[in-house]
Amino acid sequence: MSWTRKILRVDLSKGTCTSEPLNMEWANQYLGQRGLASKYLTEEVDPKCDALGPDNKMIMATGPLTGTMASTGGRYSVICKSPLTGAIACSNSGGFFGAELKFAGWDMIIFEGKSDKPVYLLIQDDKAELRPGDGIWGKSAWETDDILHQTHQDPQLRVACVGRTAEHGCLYSAVMNDKHRAAGRSGVGTVMASKNLKAVAVRGTGGIGNINDAKAFMAATNDGKAVLAENAVTGQGLPAYGTQVLMNVINGVGALPARNMRDVGFEGAENISAEAMAEPRKSDGRPNLTTNGACFSCTIACGRISTVDPTHFSVKDKPEYQGASGGLEYEAAWALGADTGVDDLDALTYINFLCNEDGMDPITYGATVAAAMEMFEDGTITTKETGGIELKFGSAEAFVAITEQFVTGEGFAADLGMGSKRLCEKYGKPDLSMTVKGQEFPAYDPRGIQGIGLAYATSNRGACHLRGYTIASEVLGIPVKTEMNDTDGKAELVKAFQDATALVDSAGLCVFTTFAWGMDNIAPQIDAACEGDWSVENCLETGERIWNMERLFNEAAGFTADDDKLPKRLLKEVIKHGPTEGQVNRLGEMLPKYYEVRGWTADGKIPDETRQRLSL
Amino acid sequence: MNVSIEFYASLMKYLPPGKSRFRREIKVDNGLRLSRLIEQYHISPEEAHLVLVNGLFVCGEDRAERELVEGDVISIWPPVAGG
Repeated sequence: MSWTRKILRVDLSKGTCTSEPLNMEWANQYLGQRGLASKYLTEEVDPKCDALGPDNKMIMATGPLTGTMASTGGRYSVICKSPLTGAIACSNSGGFFGAELKFAGWDMIIFEGKSDKPVYLLIQDDKAELRPGDGIWGKSAWETDDILHQTHQDPQLRVACVGRTAEHGCLYSAVMNDKHRAAGRSGVGTVMASKNLKAVAVRGTGGIGNINDAKAFMAATNDGKAVLAENAVTGQGLPAYGTQVLMNVINGVGALPARNMRDVGFEGAENISAEAMAEPRKSDGRPNLTTNGACFSCTIACGRISTVDPTHFSVKDKPEYQGASGGLEYEAAWALGADTGVDDLDALTYINFLCNEDGMDPITYGATVAAAMEMFEDGTITTKETGGIELKFGSAEAFVAITEQFVTGEGFAADLGMGSKRLCEKYGKPDLSMTVKGQEFPAYDPRGIQGIGLAYATSNRGACHLRGYTIASEVLGIPVKTEMNDTDGKAELVKAFQDATALVDSAGLCVFTTFAWGMDNIAPQIDAACEGDWSVENCLETGERIWNMERLFNEAAGFTADDDKLPKRLLKEVIKHGPTEGQVNRLGEMLPKYYEVRGWTADGKIPDETRQRLSL
Repeated sequence: MNVSIEFYASLMKYLPPGKSRFRREIKVDNGLRLSRLIEQYHISPEEAHLVLVNGLFVCGEDRAERELVEGDVISIWPPVAGG
């Protein structure tokens, strides 16, 4: 089984918590986590609803392998309609919260309505109750976590909560769990705060006792762990250097965007890279990287735990930020660094700490500041708007200052909290927003790498690398190398990555396993844990079904093929120098083929025969 | 002739002494093949996972035939990933 077969439904308007059985027919079609929670969302929420109104729902969902001994089996996701994009939102996080929720006996929590005053949800095994949140509302995510641990005197308590930015209405706030892990993208934390729900604190003592075939599961998970350990990427590269090792790689191949994607190639890349994080610094002889870290049940351990140089201007008078904390991952380092032109590793690490402490998506935050910097440099925005801060590309001092204002809701915070689409529209420069469906790009320029442009344009949650990470193939040669600047075959490649990722995100596993695992490693683990047929073929079809279901939600919300597009800059402004000089993204060569391989119409609609084939 | 080598991540240990973080300017024989240069630094084919010449990828099969020319920049990474 592996599912607990129990859902906790929390009606925040009425203040009630009720248990109900999991819909097993849906579980057999959508597996869990991203897929299954999205099914509940599509059945229960009007796609046209106000994302920040009481009619939106927020679901915290585990997968069937969450909490098990499967490597990386600690994931959970937060699903709702996004206030940033208006599309379906599903943000995935690691840490320990998801496994604890499973140990308490719950597959998912569905939050509906809105509380009339701040509350938090306390779960102790099968007992769940809403408690007054007066003592934690207005606090950062880190303070909230500490207060709840002090209140309940249980070090094993796991907390997921929102920081102050979500309370202030920032449209891209994250749900933070275990202090340093984030369901980061699309503003799922903003939805949580809109319901006056500050935190979920959970303690589970039940463990996982319902594996369908325990012997087969032990064999399949052991085989999977051996593959991860023997693979050079998951066994050596990721634990040693983390995701940040990509900074020099992507710069080297000519696809590292810089300064709001105005440039490609960043001269300061090496100063903010994984290798730089490992170098002893002059002041205290210690490197930025203190150690690596792992989420629940993970045998890869790619996480970064870092310190800021205690003599650095950002923290020298702030001893509370001089200890070790969640360090820079690649996407955050790019958005906060290359995209703003800042190559000060300590400043970026400190800003990353603030993103964790007050829960904002560092990709969208960095990219929004970058858009503001471009408008500052062309005179559209002045010190009048920024409260006197000279918001120029490359200024670490300005970036630190504006971020310290941002987390408390002061100064330019309200404008920056809109995200770059609304910000650029407000100031009359809509083309300077580097977004798809209103969500900011991550760290790969689609002019240099064609397939990722198609993946961005068609992503169901707006621009995102984690919906179809074709970089694995196009740059890193995993599982096979494809040419970065080719468009042939990219439609099929994007579809394959999108469908496989949808399945992995629905299982309770981390997508980083797919640097070593194929579906033939993943399916046997699911098949042993769960009842039903979880063959490779069924897993892939399940992934495709989930993708199409998400697309249908967006269609009902008002999205069309016109939203499967990239900003003009990436289609018209050629890369000016380097190995990808002269290139733009050729989305128009790939998109018709993509619709065709998906079995959609030429205008991107899902016809009846495809719905029937996928039982939608 | 003069070329530049750049070794990253765990391959930095193969860099000869020098000031730059990743890059060394070196002299090599005219017409040196790429695979021979990689061998000279005792980097195994498995370790030389991602090899770029002037930013452009050179696959494993083409390295034995690829002749280096004056000014080339050769960048090498072990198997890495992120995201």
